[in-house]
Amino acid sequence: MKALKVFFNGVLNENPTFRMVLGMCPTLALTTAAINGIGMGLATTFVLVGSNLVISLLKSFIPQKIRIPAFVVVIATFVTVVSMIMQAFLPELNKSLGIYIPLIVVNCIILARAESFASKNSVFLSITDGLGMGVGFTLALLLLGSIREILGAGTWFGMPVFSDGFSPAVIMILPPGGFITLGLVLGLLNKLTGRAE
Amino acid sequence: MEYVGKIFVILISSILINNFVMSRFLGICPFLGVSKRVETAVGMGAAVTFVMAMTSLITYIIQYVILEPLGLEYLQTIIFILVIASLVQFVEMVIQKTSPTLYQALGVYLPLITTNCAVLGVAIINIDEKYDLIQALFNGVGAALGFTLAIVLFAGVRERLELSDIPKPLKGFPIALITAGLMSVAFLGFQGLIK
Repeated sequence: MKALKVFFNGVLNENPTFRMVLGMCPTLALTTAAINGIGMGLATTFVLVGSNLVISLLKSFIPQKIRIPAFVVVIATFVTVVSMIMQAFLPELNKSLGIYIPLIVVNCIILARAESFASKNSVFLSITDGLGMGVGFTLALLLLGSIREILGAGTWFGMPVFSDGFSPAVIMILPPGGFITLGLVLGLLNKLTGRAE
Repeated sequence: MEYVGKIFVILISSILINNFVMSRFLGICPFLGVSKRVETAVGMGAAVTFVMAMTSLITYIIQYVILEPLGLEYLQTIIFILVIASLVQFVEMVIQKTSPTLYQALGVYLPLITTNCAVLGVAIINIDEKYDLIQALFNGVGAALGFTLAIVLFAGVRERLELSDIPKPLKGFPIALITAGLMSVAFLGFQGLIK
């Protein structure tokens, strides 16, 4: 029961993108197409689950003073693993995600979860939390990627969605489209949930 | 002469055309977080410029003197992030000893530079683009100046934004992001500057 609560906390209540506004760099840069959003989301989920697992196992061995560098080394190790797996099995996706794969290391979501959850909770709950946050992040990237791909390229996962007469709004897949889409989606969510700053 | 021209192109393109914040989406967290006042934005920009120039130099040397001869390229990410973290710590200590006033002004923003993805980003781009040492240094400085330009301009806009009448759901992050989007449109105008 508690595990379910932790899982859905990551997906909904504390959604890293829409609620906490963390990890903005990959969110904005990689949502030019739905498939890139999913790829980045899954890679980040893997790192989140792995680092949460290891950090909650080691939580009583890591001295308080050097915990941040220790967390960063654990995270960097999992990022290296992901980047090697992607190079070997998904070279195409690896190419389109490019520099943002090694940059998962500095994604604030992962360090934030290590610091605020995994270093205080049991192994099982930490894995669940990593999974929940990862799924929340992936869904957010999928949503933004879909909006931008449909409006900016007229396709969804590469399949055309409009008839021939549609001329796509290219600005949506250019950098400004990323900022504006996220801003409007955040505003809409605030409106729907009645939450405003 | 041709070499100088090439360096100039790198500098201009990293400041304006491939601006780190506006077109590569690197360093968005401090861009949104530390842009409420122009003064703090300037301080952040200065600290980032220094760290990025040093990072470009040191990671370049580590990559070609240690990692490549030993065939350890796969350790790149881990080593680079450790170098950046210790560099930031070092800069913090030096500034604290030599200029307490500047240290006071930068405050909490100094340690936060470690998690600024623009710093790790520039180190990796230098290696990916196969720049030599001088080019890497200029790319680092240019990228940092571009970051400073974007964050200072944005802070100026946001100071005025706070006094304007904004629909309630858009207050805070949403309107900041939309504003950044409009600035990014302006930066698109630099696209055809070279060639």
